[in-house]
Order: sequence, then C-alpha cells, then structure tokens
Amino acid sequence: MSEIRLRRLDEYRWEVPREGAMRVPGIIYGSTKLMKAMGKDESPKQVANVAQLPGIVKHSLAMPDMHWGYGFPIGGVAAFDLDGGIISPGGVGYDINCGCRLMMTNLRREEVRPQMAKIVNALFQHVPSGVGSRGSLKLSRSDEKRVLVEGARWAVKNGYGSEADLESMEDRGCLPGADPEAVSERALERGKDQVGTLGSGNHFLEVEVVEEIFDKEVASALGIEVGQVAVMVHSGSRGLGHQVCDDYLAKLVKHVDKIGISLPDRQLACAYIQSPEGRQYLSAMACAANYAWANRQMLMHWTGEAIERALGMGPRDLGMRLVYDVCHNIAKIEEHVVDGEKMTLCVHRKGATRAFPPGHPALPAKYRKTGQPVLIPGDMGTGSYVLVGTEKAMEETFGSTCHGAGRVLSRAAAVKASKGRAINREMADRGVLVMAAAKGTLAEEIPEAYKDIDEVVNVVHGAGLSRKVAKLRAVGCIKG
Amino acid sequence: MKPYHTFDHTADLGLVIRGASEEDLFANAAFAVFDIITDLGRVEPRETRRILAEGDSLEDLLINFLREVLYLYNGERWLLKGLRVNRIGERVLEAEARGEPFDGQKHEICKEIKAVTYHQAQIRKTPDGWTARVIFDV
Repeated sequence: MSEIRLRRLDEYRWEVPREGAMRVPGIIYGSTKLMKAMGKDESPKQVANVAQLPGIVKHSLAMPDMHWGYGFPIGGVAAFDLDGGIISPGGVGYDINCGCRLMMTNLRREEVRPQMAKIVNALFQHVPSGVGSRGSLKLSRSDEKRVLVEGARWAVKNGYGSEADLESMEDRGCLPGADPEAVSERALERGKDQVGTLGSGNHFLEVEVVEEIFDKEVASALGIEVGQVAVMVHSGSRGLGHQVCDDYLAKLVKHVDKIGISLPDRQLACAYIQSPEGRQYLSAMACAANYAWANRQMLMHWTGEAIERALGMGPRDLGMRLVYDVCHNIAKIEEHVVDGEKMTLCVHRKGATRAFPPGHPALPAKYRKTGQPVLIPGDMGTGSYVLVGTEKAMEETFGSTCHGAGRVLSRAAAVKASKGRAINREMADRGVLVMAAAKGTLAEEIPEAYKDIDEVVNVVHGAGLSRKVAKLRAVGCIKG
Repeated sequence: MKPYHTFDHTADLGLVIRGASEEDLFANAAFAVFDIITDLGRVEPRETRRILAEGDSLEDLLINFLREVLYLYNGERWLLKGLRVNRIGERVLEAEARGEPFDGQKHEICKEIKAVTYHQAQIRKTPDGWTARVIFDV
C-alpha cells in the first residue's frame, strides 16, 4: 500500500526521507517489532503528507503508537512557525482535547477486591456513558458559553471539585483566547447536554491498582505507591468538539483553494495561523478544549461520589486527588528552541501527549522538579502507565510523547476476532470487571485490537522522550 | 443485498456505497449511515425533513450531504428511515428524508458515527452505475 521507504536512524528512530513536495523529513519512533505492523498501513505516507504543509519546522514526527488516521496519522506531532505556518483542524482531530486524567485514592487493593462489582455498578449507574450519552445537566446557552470560556474553572465554581484541582491540569484546565462567537449554533446545540458524559468508542473510566514503581522518588512526589487504588478517565469534548472540527474542515477546504495551498489530502485543510481564518479556528478550538476540561472535571466529581456511595464512605476517607490531566488531541502555541534559536510555534499533537521536562515554566510548582506527569492508557485488559517528561523530548519532539497503545486491528477486524467469545468473561478471568453501555463496544475494544502497551512505552522510555514512573493494572472498567 | 459494504480502516469505518444513478447513490449513502446507526426495522417514516447540500464537486457534495444526514441524529436526535433525492446537480442537492425522532423506548442505537471525513473520498462511474467510497470517524 505504502510506497514510502523508511531509513533506520538508530535503535528507536526511522526516517521518512525528504522527497517531492515534502518540506522537511519525517521521523517515526518505533521498535523493530512495532515497525513491522506500522509499515503495513498508510500512516508513513501520512507522515510524509504532513511534511508538505507550509511552515512546518524541522520534522514531521510520529510516536510509536502511530496508526492510520485521516489527514494526520494518529500519533502525529508537527510544529509550525507562527510566521508563515499553518494550523489544521485535521491535525488536532475531531475529538478536540480528548485526554486522560488520573486520580489516586486512599483505598488499597485488598479493600476493593471484594467490592469491585459494587464499585463498577455504581460507576455505571452514576456516570453517564454510552452512545450519544446525555448528562444530568442541561446547560442554558449562556452557561454553555461560560463553560467554553472558563473550562475546568467553570466546573469548580459550580461545585465540581476544588480550586486545587486546577493546578494539576495542563494550562490549568483553560486555554486562553476562547471565543464562543467562533463556535456554531450546531456545535452549541450538540454540547448543551453532554458536559459530564463519558461518550462511546474508546472512551472509558477505569479503576486501577498501582502494580509497579520504576522511579521511587518521582512516584512519591506524584503521590503514587504500590497497591494503591486509582481511577483513570479517558474522554474529550464530545459532540461539541466534533462539530467544531467538522465546521472548520468544511470552511478551510474552501479556504485552501482560495489562497492556493495545494494539499495531498483534503482532510489536511488548514489556514495560516496569523490569518483571520486561522485565528478563528484557534478561538473555536480553545472553546472545545475548555469544554473537554469541564467535562473531565465533572466526570471526576461523579466518579468520587459513585465510589463513596458504593463503599459507604465520605470524601475524606476516599481521599480522591487529581494527579494530572493531559490532552492528547490539541494544538498549542509554545516556545521551543530550534537549532539554537528560540521560536514561537503552533505544536499539533494528534494522538500524542505533551511531555515537558523538569523546570519548565508551564509546570505547577509541585511538579517543577519531577517533570510533567504523562498518562498513557493501555487497552482495557492491561492498565496504564505514568511517565514524566524529559529534556530530550524538548530537543527532539517539541516536548511530546506517545498517547496510548494505538490500534492495530480495525474495528471490523476486532469484531470478527471476538465472534462467539464472551469478552466480559475473558476480561473477568484476567481480573478486570467490565461493564459496557453497548455490546458492540467490547468487541471493538478487545485487548488484541491494540498494540502492546509495554512495547510502546519502552520505546518512548528507551528513546528518552519520557521516563517510566509507575505501571497500573486495570481491575474495573466502564466502557461507553 | 444491501447497497453498501464496509471496508477496513484501522481506527474508523470505511463504506463503499453503490447506486444505479447519482440520485440512487446519495439515497443509498443516507440509508447506509442509518442502517449502521440503528435497527431500521424499528424506525417509522412518520415525519419529513428537507435536506439541502452544496459542494464544489460531486465528492464534495456527497460529503456535505452526509454532514447534513449525520446531523439529523447527532444534532437533532432524529432517525432517518429513507430518503428521496428530488434534485441533484454537480454542485447542489435537494432531498427529502423520512423518519422520526429518536425514542429510547422504541429505538436502539447500535453504533455512533461521529463525522464524515474527506480522507480518500471518491466517487466513480461504473458500468452498472455509481460507486462511492467514504471514511467516517466513529
């Protein structure tokens, strides 16, 4: 399928040599094992396509969880010069600010094991999930617009969580420059009753147990120890984000024709960052990103309530606290040093996570020494990793790392592979109690549909893009 | 036989849709989307919705048309049973959808289709009519 010839640079890096209309070379992070699968789909070609976009700086990058997307590959990272560079809704993705947050609790593995059915049931009842899920909250237009401007702060102000939570989010749960006037009536309509809902597909809420610590000092600074019970939330900006992306794709597909940017794939439609169209998309994207932060903040609040109810304990006993919240579908304006020169760039991370190093000014005081916590969810049978950002990531990948295991089977192939199997039972045998809103979701999300998370994480750790801190094992999972 | 089949795309849903004419192709594309979203056997054609779409080319028209079709459910919680194309040109289309509002007691949502993409979208004339290929975000 793909005519791209990759050149191995070192143990973890493959180059997509600069050819034809490419402005820069591509670099794919991987291992011999992962590259075998990656060569099979069209994602290397997509890395090459991104390299053709105006203003791209240094490299078109892909993380080891890369797979075939549309436009940008999933796992793609690309930075564009504010002067002469572009912003592309397709480089952010439909689910704007899809991301993860991890909360630790005072609970221990031994305490929850006999109570798992109760906990999972309570989460399933209390946290809205599933296809087209609607929340228990319906926002007026003026409140919805406040969510778009204020993000997680809106949720905190309305009783969901505390001020201290904001410290533990990228950008304190609010991107600046959000302008609700840039968001269409359709997007507002879709968003009015979905804040505080998990959604469907690969989104989940998972109860996990800390299984292994790789870096004791950092783990302890993050408040993580072996045997502790944690909860991971994976969700985004729901229908509102999708509508924003879709509206701007339609608009910018026409715009690129008008300004004469030729594209290898219409899904890469874009606008110059400094143009009115580019700025307008950035304002709308910030709105959707803020909606996602409010969403995850509310999901966290209801998760705490559900567990407290299931175990008959108060918030103080549960002691749920936010470790961190990361975005993995986003574009951000950041300062980076490129070939010794300080530059302001628009960094697109589509299925990639920011991984800022110790000492970075964007980090809250409590993580200034450790580096930014990076949360990497695996498939539903495995669990997750906590890593921290590094200086090497700043040098090589604009401060970015992987975002998950990455799909290897298509959804259709996964459904085929799970025919006649009781996925619930299989998961229970692995020690994971799963409840899903839709039967089909479980079949699509079987563990073998994903790459080996250990392998993916070992690549980013080995390549120095982030450092392993802890591994968590899943014990209970709510799927949309 | 259904007028469409799915093809593999790693993260998403690919559809190949066939039609004897352009009108037929667009009507079948709308049918395919809702045949995947819900069990159409339980949807009744009680109401009519008008759909208007424009595009710079036939592919662009199809994508903009599917945007409108998807919004029926994603934005208005309305399920399409069938669709008739009243007028189609290279750049504009006018159609009438029949269906009814989603009712949790009566209908089942089998799968969410979140958006239609431009990625590798294609329409071809074949000896027996028309074929379109579209990838959706699910």
